[in-house]
Amino acid sequence: MEDKLDHLTYETIEICLLAGKIMLQSGAETSRVEDTMTRMATSLGLPRSHSYVTPTGIIFSTDGAEPAKLIRITERTTDLSKVAEVNNVSRALTSGAITMPEARLRLREIEQDKHTYPIWFQIVAAAISSGCFLIMFRGGWYDFIPAVLCGGLGLASVIYFQRIVAVKFFAEFSASFLLGLLAFLIVKLGIGYEVDKIIIGSVMPIVPGLLITNAVRDLMSGHLVSGISKGAEAFLTAFAIGTGIALVFILL
Amino acid sequence: MIAQLITSFIASSAFSVIFNAPRRSLPQCGLVGMVSWAVYILLNGSYSTVLATFAATFVVGATSIVFARMYKTPVIIFSVSGMIPLVPGGMAYDAMRHFVENDYNVALQLAAQAFFISGAIAIGLVLAEVLNQMLRKVGSRI
Repeated sequence: MEDKLDHLTYETIEICLLAGKIMLQSGAETSRVEDTMTRMATSLGLPRSHSYVTPTGIIFSTDGAEPAKLIRITERTTDLSKVAEVNNVSRALTSGAITMPEARLRLREIEQDKHTYPIWFQIVAAAISSGCFLIMFRGGWYDFIPAVLCGGLGLASVIYFQRIVAVKFFAEFSASFLLGLLAFLIVKLGIGYEVDKIIIGSVMPIVPGLLITNAVRDLMSGHLVSGISKGAEAFLTAFAIGTGIALVFILL
Repeated sequence: MIAQLITSFIASSAFSVIFNAPRRSLPQCGLVGMVSWAVYILLNGSYSTVLATFAATFVVGATSIVFARMYKTPVIIFSVSGMIPLVPGGMAYDAMRHFVENDYNVALQLAAQAFFISGAIAIGLVLAEVLNQMLRKVGSRI
């Protein structure tokens, strides 16, 4: 009997940790991760669980004599659909619509899933949004195509450099440097006119918007450690982008 | 004005593609972005940029909460794509450019302004959420 109970508890902990891990890796805010894990644990019969979530790891313990479990998070991407899907699983589980094995199966599937959109489509989206940002920042339509080109190059090189260098900030730095270089080249060649507007528009897709929002929300909900570290990450990213562009100015 | 509305709609929904938002919430993301940008440009003419940004982010926060309730999805999906256009990227860029050109006076002014605008974004988002929580608490008590 006791063995069976232990087994069940372990499975519950495993499911909660899996859900938390997917959410944190996909860019959910800390309070949502903690809330989801606690709710799932409660619905699975562990009402007094505690979770401690930071951007780089999750500690989860049940109130019994079980040892606390720890998961290390090394890689973080942005995939809001996964956040939404895990949220749906947790809702279904707490309302009793699905059972524990079903929930585990669905979470495993979500974990294995690829991104919702292929990379080329994301790059195209970044390119189009750069063009639109140019118009929103009162640029002329004659600079639309240059901004589209630079924006596409910006996101593409962030993705590419992130694959070959482990340091995220270096990837952003080199991407913004390339982007600035291309913008200058386009203006020199006479295809574009306002280099400032082109750069501002095309840098927007790599601005750490999600990090800023999450940092603020974390700080306000009392998750001080996560909030500060996300804020630091956002600041470093912004700094890397700024330095990349500044280097172009200094060189040319 | 119409061009501004259309481009802000497209920009915000394209942005949610970069963040891998669920397919069916893309139009709503675009809508949040469009509404906030409309508020921003309407107010930016007669009031200060900080105030316009604050009002626009408050609208972002409020509409995202409404959409999140309607479609039972996390708030963050809508609020991120809505607040992106308001990030003072242009101003930060200008500030940095002046720093590079050794024009520290102008650069510091611009940097301070960019800092206050970021603060306004934060306060706008938080205020919407706090009001939502207050309304919920007061509503559940009655």
